[in-house]
Amino acid sequence: MTTAFDTTGLERCIHCGLCLEACPTYKITQLETESPRGRLHLMGAIADRRIDLSRSDATVLHLDRCLACRACEAVCPSGVPYGRLIEETRAAVAQARGISPLGQLLLWSVSRPWVLGAMNAVLSISERTGLRRLARRFLSPRLRRLDALAPPVGRPQYRPVQVESPRSSVALLLGCVMRASYGDVHTATARVLAHFGVEVVETPDQACCGALHAHAGNKEEAIRLAKRNVAAFERADVILVNAAGCGAHLKSYAHLLEDRPNWAARATALASRVRDVSEFLETIAGDETFGELAMRVTYQDPCHLAHAQGIRAEPRALLSRVRGLELVEMANADVCCGSAGFYNLAQPDYADRLLEPKIDAILATRPDAVVTGNPGCMLQLAAGLRSRGREGIPVLHLVEVLDRALETR
Amino acid sequence: MRRLVEICGDENVFWRAEDLLVWEYDAGFDRRPPSAVVLPGTTEEVADVVRAAHAEGASIVPRGAGTGLSGGTIACADAIVVSTARLRRIISIDRVARIAVVEPGVPNLAVTAAARDVGLFFAPDPASQRISTIGGNVATNAGGPHALRYGSMTNHVLGVELVLPTGECVRFGGEVADLPGYDCVPFIVGSEGTVGIITKVWLRLLPLPEDVRTFVAVFADIEHGARAASAIIASGVVPAAMEMLDRVTIGALNAAFEVHLPADAGSLLLVEVEGLREETADWATSIERILRKNGATNVRSAETAAERELLWKARKLGYAALARIRPNNYLHDAVVPRTKMPDVLREVNAIAERYGYVIANMFHIGDGNLHPVLLFDARSQPIDRVMEASAEILKVAIDAGGALSGEHGIGLEKNHFMFWVFGPEDLDAQRRGREAFDPDGTMNPGKVFPGGDACADIPTERTKRALAEGMWV
Repeated sequence: MTTAFDTTGLERCIHCGLCLEACPTYKITQLETESPRGRLHLMGAIADRRIDLSRSDATVLHLDRCLACRACEAVCPSGVPYGRLIEETRAAVAQARGISPLGQLLLWSVSRPWVLGAMNAVLSISERTGLRRLARRFLSPRLRRLDALAPPVGRPQYRPVQVESPRSSVALLLGCVMRASYGDVHTATARVLAHFGVEVVETPDQACCGALHAHAGNKEEAIRLAKRNVAAFERADVILVNAAGCGAHLKSYAHLLEDRPNWAARATALASRVRDVSEFLETIAGDETFGELAMRVTYQDPCHLAHAQGIRAEPRALLSRVRGLELVEMANADVCCGSAGFYNLAQPDYADRLLEPKIDAILATRPDAVVTGNPGCMLQLAAGLRSRGREGIPVLHLVEVLDRALETR
Repeated sequence: MRRLVEICGDENVFWRAEDLLVWEYDAGFDRRPPSAVVLPGTTEEVADVVRAAHAEGASIVPRGAGTGLSGGTIACADAIVVSTARLRRIISIDRVARIAVVEPGVPNLAVTAAARDVGLFFAPDPASQRISTIGGNVATNAGGPHALRYGSMTNHVLGVELVLPTGECVRFGGEVADLPGYDCVPFIVGSEGTVGIITKVWLRLLPLPEDVRTFVAVFADIEHGARAASAIIASGVVPAAMEMLDRVTIGALNAAFEVHLPADAGSLLLVEVEGLREETADWATSIERILRKNGATNVRSAETAAERELLWKARKLGYAALARIRPNNYLHDAVVPRTKMPDVLREVNAIAERYGYVIANMFHIGDGNLHPVLLFDARSQPIDRVMEASAEILKVAIDAGGALSGEHGIGLEKNHFMFWVFGPEDLDAQRRGREAFDPDGTMNPGKVFPGGDACADIPTERTKRALAEGMWV
């Protein structure tokens, strides 16, 4: 079995170890096998054929336990492109060993809106009839976990917002889980934008961004979805994203399609027009404040916003524009909560070990709500709070907070 | 192996070849996987592991975060690596006595952070301080930029708890000063894991200075910068730190951090003074005057704490940033008398040029601790030649009356060069000191002392030995 993969940038790792203390899995284990430096060294060993992927269960486990949160990349002075390398490596792993059945099923569903829609409907009916509660009693622990981490049902669908004589317009990536389960966050995004005279134009041909596919090593499907989105968003001046993971991935389309002659330039052009919603709002908000909301909140940095896109200040600056809102920083706000795509399903033990200190840090700030900017983080944090009996503390998307504040004006 | 699992638990013992690969390196160039890795979680577990290894006649290599540059944690002779990474509790911080008691796996910066909470600080600040552990800092007698004023680890370690190679747990020093009998603490500091495994350390903390001022001075070339540095020392002012950065380094730092150093500078001096406000104001005036008198074209002071932190972040992480220029680099650590520094720097640069390597200089100019870095690409430039150039650099430093290492340790990197600076009797006396603790030589074999064969199966080790023995006349 060949395991050749693109290791460009790996040679820059000088094994200095500066990444160790930034790595969430190193922090909970203190094991070199669960550190970025160790994983990079394993990647090198795979490339040099010192490790045979098809037979090395232990190596694959260490690579699988990586959250791909890219905290290491953000602190690496040498500029090792860790995020890209782990994706390349996972594609090689997938090629050598295939993707787990659960992984395949999840990937298959997220890139098909009708599947997610149908699942949502089924869950919604079973929820209303009490069937879901009943079923929980008979589920295996694994399925019970799947149930606990399933996206919420019954939140309203996305409803476009009309803007009279708009100042400018943007396209909005609707995504997969966001579209199916957080439609109201999209609506809130559109309402906040409308407040600034910005209209969301419809982009009917858009698809799931493919980030989950790329992270899991299904490069082929990731490329198919990327092409669809490059074509769909070609005419938009700005492509807004309110899910950090999707935003980071759209910004990396240039790399994903770099060796496809007809697509590389188009992908680069698209990537340069992608903005996270916080990034965009902070540039257009000028001196405006966002109304009033008497609330004490704490903010969780989504990894793919803070580490992958370098966006840390903007969401906090936006929150500071809300009168009466008090932002209390939690300890280690930019350390991964353990959500990481479907890591919390694939690596439940590690995900829980990461979630525990995160919930402790949140509760220590005694917040009225937790604010973040990515659906995966929202699900994971909500599940963590629920498991401590603290479901009274809602987990809100940043734009939901801004939207509520604007209502008070 | 079963015994190790019994002691430390399944998830803290590694023996599969593919897993051991990630313990075959440190931040230097020697590579060799150990025969097993074990991560004890308590002093008792360390002692049990050592006893078990001793019963089997196995050698032991202690390891912290693996950030060393001298191969000190590379396992020779099929040794077992005993990692202290899980021993990372800060046991106590005594604000009044100014003592921290910590386990060896605590990162240096964590001690500093905990001390700061009570208005104190921990002085040794190696560039790797975010990750390098106190155990490793003790073992290598680490320094850092601020060693200029405060000295290296040996000046800050008050006591050590040590598991001996036979498994007994002993303690030297502690909270109370002036214990009678032999003072073994300074002997253990810098012993590079050859006398036992450190399991607890008593550290001296200092009160935070009232005022800190940091200057960046721009020079046309390295020689002007070096002359200004000598003039500052000669004036009697002792800066807390004084660092030199050359043009290549400045480029790498600007690329890696938003530090905006003047890209056209031939060299920069980073000078810091600490003390009472009255003192620092006086020192600042005289330092600025000396810098300008010695050719500084610009002197800027850090206006805010954030600016100062950014400068130090760039300086301390700068070594890794050099990988942006060439993927590999060989960092040296020789110390030379300050008066000889300009000559030595010139010769070192000439060696790099002769061998065709880009060279970067970023070092503790205040105490003559040079860190020339040879930049190269291991995919096309063979490591043997880099080592040859490195041996020549060492020779220049020794010929100038210098020392092999300022703070990185001898390890596997420079052990064969030890006879360049120590006579046979000196080395023999040192050996006997080590044997008092480790009569069987099972603690970190093959390190520090020249001429041994324990690590002869590591190719880079053979290369260095041949160079050390061949070049000395």
